[in-house]
Amino acid sequence: MAEVLGGVFTSHVPAIGGAIQRGAENEPYWKPFFDAWPPVRQWLEEQAPDVVVLFYNDHGLNFFLDTMPTFAVGAADTYTNDDEGWGLHPFPIPAGHAALSWAIIEKLVEEEFDVTTCQQMLVDHAASIPLALCWPGREAPVRIVPITINTVQHPLPSAKRCLALGRAVAKALAEWPGDEKIVVMGTGGLSHQLDGERAGFMNPEYDKFCMDNLGPDPDALTRHSVHEMVELAGTQGVEILNWIAARGAMGAHVSEVSRTYHIPISNTAAAVMVYETAEATASGAASTEKTPALA
Amino acid sequence: MASAAKPIPGTHIFDGDAAQKGYALNAMCFSFNHARNRDEFVRDEDGYCDRFGLTDEQRAAVRARSVLQMIAAGGNVYYLAKLAGILGLNVQDLGAQQTGMSVEAFRQMLLDTAGTPKALEAIHG
Repeated sequence: MAEVLGGVFTSHVPAIGGAIQRGAENEPYWKPFFDAWPPVRQWLEEQAPDVVVLFYNDHGLNFFLDTMPTFAVGAADTYTNDDEGWGLHPFPIPAGHAALSWAIIEKLVEEEFDVTTCQQMLVDHAASIPLALCWPGREAPVRIVPITINTVQHPLPSAKRCLALGRAVAKALAEWPGDEKIVVMGTGGLSHQLDGERAGFMNPEYDKFCMDNLGPDPDALTRHSVHEMVELAGTQGVEILNWIAARGAMGAHVSEVSRTYHIPISNTAAAVMVYETAEATASGAASTEKTPALA
Repeated sequence: MASAAKPIPGTHIFDGDAAQKGYALNAMCFSFNHARNRDEFVRDEDGYCDRFGLTDEQRAAVRARSVLQMIAAGGNVYYLAKLAGILGLNVQDLGAQQTGMSVEAFRQMLLDTAGTPKALEAIHG
């Protein structure tokens, strides 16, 4: 039976991709951010997931304003990254898992989420950079199910709705008959604002509130309206909606494995977190207990 | 009016009104995902703006390289970033321009945020 092991949450600032492609990870500006990753990679190495269900927002690579889905689910076996216009080279994107995508779509619609389904979908830096951070220098050894949330054109879905979407995905994963090991990812944020006279705005107090509550009490993040979230996190800080949805997909109980918060990456307060599900913690403890007996 | 919520100073919500108003400008910027379109814009900026039917306000904003004017004309920063790429501007350049600061002062402001008590609390738990 499939098992959800945990979740990786990270900022997806394009400049991170630039730093990777320039080999700038050890420069003083970048090192504090990239230092977040060895423990994340070690956790992934230990857990060895087969599938990543990836919640992010498209920034105008696949979707434009002609057709802007609130929630879209990739339903393909192949995805690609592409030129987004400002100089980043496309990253390798692993294969999709169309069968699991359709199981998620079936469950979401049954749960009254009227999602858009995409058999062709370019995935942008918000998916490619987190995968490159988790598995540097190679195509990620997983299959993916990309799920996008509109954080571009208001009205955006509420935090409550995004959490409920994630929880419906959790049901689909729990019912999936395969034996895959699954990790969820939520990308974007944390606080930042690129546009307007308030450009450069960051809010560490709100970011800490989000990081402290996302694991134990994600409903706490749903008490703010989208407008309040824009005020608290900045116009692009609302990308925390992706984190909230991903958290919902992990099930009720999680424990924090790692957390890094660093200011600034480009114009953004950056964060990297890993949570583990209660099930993964229990099986991890079981395998640890076994080791001495075997030795 | 798409939203009755109180305005947030210095912040422009990209809602239905803005999305309608800015459609041509954003469509042009969306086209810049392709290198040949970026080259075409550089070769013939006016002709390229014609092709997308930019309004006079949008054309003036593009000609002035003014991000705030582009936003006032319905531009969305996710798409405008693709135009900024052609112009060789990164998001610190955009931030500096919109806040009326030098790029150096804007960068310093970002760095200084890290030293505030709330930031230190968030960084160190």
